[in-house]
Amino acid sequence: MNKYMIYLNSKRCIGCHGCEVHCKTNKDLPVGPFLCEISHEPLKAVKGVPKTEYHFRSCYHCEDPYCVPVCPTGAMKKREDGIVYIDTDSCIGCMACAGACPWHIPQFNPNTGKAVKCDYCMDRVDVGLKPACVTKCTTRALKFVTIQEI
Amino acid sequence: MRKTVWSMCSMCSVRCPIKVEVEDGKVKWIEGNPHILKGALCAKGSAGIALQRDHERPQQPLIRAGGRGAGKWEPVSWYTALDYVAEKMNKIKEKYGAKAVMLSCRGGPWQDLWKSFIHAFGSPNFTNHDSGCGRNVHHASKSVYGLGRKGFIYDIKNAKHLISFGRNLMASLRIAEVNQIMDMLDAGGSFTYVDVRQTLTGIKATRFFQVRPGTDYALALGMINEVIKQEAYDKEFIEKYTTGFDKMAEFVEQYTAEWAAKECGIKVKKLKDFVSEIGQQRPKVIFHPGWMLSRYRDSFYASRMLHILNVLMGSVEVEGGQQFPKTPADCGVKGLRTFSSMVPKPEDKRADGVGWKYKHFDKGPGLFHLFYDAMLTEEPYPIKGVICYRHDPFNCFPDVTAQKEAFDKCDLLVSIDTHYSEFGWYSDVILPESMYLERETPVCTQKGPKPRFAFRDRAVEPRFDTKPSWEIFKMLADRLGIGEYFPWTTAEEMWEFQLEPTGYKIDDLREKGFVALTDTPIMYDRDNLDGKFKTPSGKIEFVSQMLEENGLPSFKPYESPQKPPKGRFRLIFGRSPVHAHGHTINNPLLNELMPENTLWINSRVAARMGVKEGDWVDVIADSQKGTIRAHVTDFIHPEAVYTVHGFGRQVPLQSRAYHAGMSDQKLQEGLLEMMDPAGGGLCLCEKFVTVRRSPRNPRRRVEL
Repeated sequence: MNKYMIYLNSKRCIGCHGCEVHCKTNKDLPVGPFLCEISHEPLKAVKGVPKTEYHFRSCYHCEDPYCVPVCPTGAMKKREDGIVYIDTDSCIGCMACAGACPWHIPQFNPNTGKAVKCDYCMDRVDVGLKPACVTKCTTRALKFVTIQEI
Repeated sequence: MRKTVWSMCSMCSVRCPIKVEVEDGKVKWIEGNPHILKGALCAKGSAGIALQRDHERPQQPLIRAGGRGAGKWEPVSWYTALDYVAEKMNKIKEKYGAKAVMLSCRGGPWQDLWKSFIHAFGSPNFTNHDSGCGRNVHHASKSVYGLGRKGFIYDIKNAKHLISFGRNLMASLRIAEVNQIMDMLDAGGSFTYVDVRQTLTGIKATRFFQVRPGTDYALALGMINEVIKQEAYDKEFIEKYTTGFDKMAEFVEQYTAEWAAKECGIKVKKLKDFVSEIGQQRPKVIFHPGWMLSRYRDSFYASRMLHILNVLMGSVEVEGGQQFPKTPADCGVKGLRTFSSMVPKPEDKRADGVGWKYKHFDKGPGLFHLFYDAMLTEEPYPIKGVICYRHDPFNCFPDVTAQKEAFDKCDLLVSIDTHYSEFGWYSDVILPESMYLERETPVCTQKGPKPRFAFRDRAVEPRFDTKPSWEIFKMLADRLGIGEYFPWTTAEEMWEFQLEPTGYKIDDLREKGFVALTDTPIMYDRDNLDGKFKTPSGKIEFVSQMLEENGLPSFKPYESPQKPPKGRFRLIFGRSPVHAHGHTINNPLLNELMPENTLWINSRVAARMGVKEGDWVDVIADSQKGTIRAHVTDFIHPEAVYTVHGFGRQVPLQSRAYHAGMSDQKLQEGLLEMMDPAGGGLCLCEKFVTVRRSPRNPRRRVEL
């Protein structure tokens, strides 16, 4: 059962793309891979004001991820709390995970020659912090949500 | 080893407070100061790490070896570079007097230091970028309140209605301000946005007026007319604190809401509804005065009307309205010792004419663009040396070719900057400043409801042979024999010098990057504001004595902006949230987000021209041309085309930014001389350009 998700309050999002860079700098990523992204719908006039909706996408951390079983070295793992992550010591950069993922979420990191993906910044989460994108969101539009069973 | 350093961002001019985490001399993490911004930071702020690691920035002092702009440099030591600059400055001083050297900067809280340097050298010619930015707004504010642009702060969070005339708040991105706006909207506040196109800001609005380019003044006049007609203004406040209301009312009588709606191309009912709404919501109504209003021929008067609308709303020293920024004195704390308190003021009159020829302009930084005349004509006296600190005139002012002609009359051009500026590339000497994570800056005062002292500490040692600006100016001062005015050799000593009267120590600031001088916000008694307005009459002046005494009208009759001829468009420029003008274009991570700009063009117009989304288009001024891709959209006025400012850079050592996109300022030919005579701002949106589908669009296809 997944424990976490990242939620975007589109009303508060201003489309500054800060989260993308917060993520990249935290993971020390070069030009190339993006582990999260902000996108928006084409503008549409609503009551005389051209408006849009913003969307945030990182990794869906699937309940039953395709990327985990396809990994030849067992580097792609799913934790008990649902976080799907890459054990970089075992990753050989074959990118089978990216091929298996319907959204092509895992990216190639040219600096390390290995795959890299959103792991909700689990090193931060494990010490009680929030993912980089959420911590530094310019307008506090991103929320790190703990899912509770009702 | 890990350490936390409190600093201030410098990726744009907002200077958000930041917390920097450093591990083994490497910057690992930057976030907004949690005590003030709760961690929030924008894309630019995080990309500071990429700037620090980038090698495409000046790495040691450089002296020009070839012709100006040829890009041949001799790397030299700091001693050689500073000796060279000092010797040249002294030579100019001998021949033409110290006044022949000018210094320009980008304004900001530390300008006292650079100003003191040039004053100590003996020149009155200190200036900044502002005549291509906020001078109109500043002077308009002075004409109404006797206070400058920074004479008020805005309690947007508690406002009921925010109105922005083209100020793209979400792209300019002052983090604290943006959060105030979002909080206001979350609480059900209204937001009216006026622009010639839709923006990141406008999509958050509850009401949007898409106006014909250049008609802001008409809209403001129509609003005032309707406010008076509906008696939607604060009569008590007007009675108590203002003069000249009747004359103003008489002037705006001809500018009815019906007229304004027609002139601007908006619906009159929408305008009238707007006025009745703000009439209900006042005084918690804020007409954001904007900053960059160096746009149209009447921007100064439009700006005056925005200030006046705030007055009509009674939005002065109220919750949810304009407030006076409180000072250390309001908290019973003595202010910082200023650098200029040590330095005698030069007696010469300024070469830009400000203070003697143009008495209605603020003498502080004068007007940079008027120095070009002095360079070319040597009137009132020659300008032979130019030092630009953190300021790039080629990026900031129009018509680069015309600027170069004037600079060619100079014997010395010095650029002090963290990156290669376009001006730096053309200059004689580049003195590389350490980027902000690698340097300290003086302590500054941040006025507001809760005033603070704040500073920037050094997070990591410079990667290259660069120095902080305080040290550069100090070393230069020593060589010019004026070192006594800067009696410190380390940053610690400089801070001590500043803080001595306040009773605080630098370690107090090191606890969290600032010291708050009060716990609770300070408000003045709104019923007793006498003495707060610094106009000649001590009142808020609708009829400005300052303007009238200088032969300028307080109210300028409206003139309809010229319609561009067929096939031509008014060139409008603006900002993106991921770049700060020109100086971030080459940042690896920001360049990745936005590597080039596009030309926004109205979809109906584009269809007639056969231009499709993503097509290359040529944008042609008189002799200059730029080629970029078209962004075809319904949401821009058909008379205008728009692009993001700062692109089209021509410094070969900036490989990512080199010739990427198009530079608007290079197309603004002839605009260097088009100044608003009342406001001092340039009129940067008064250029028509021709747009055509470019022959660069590929026609060939090798495969079938």
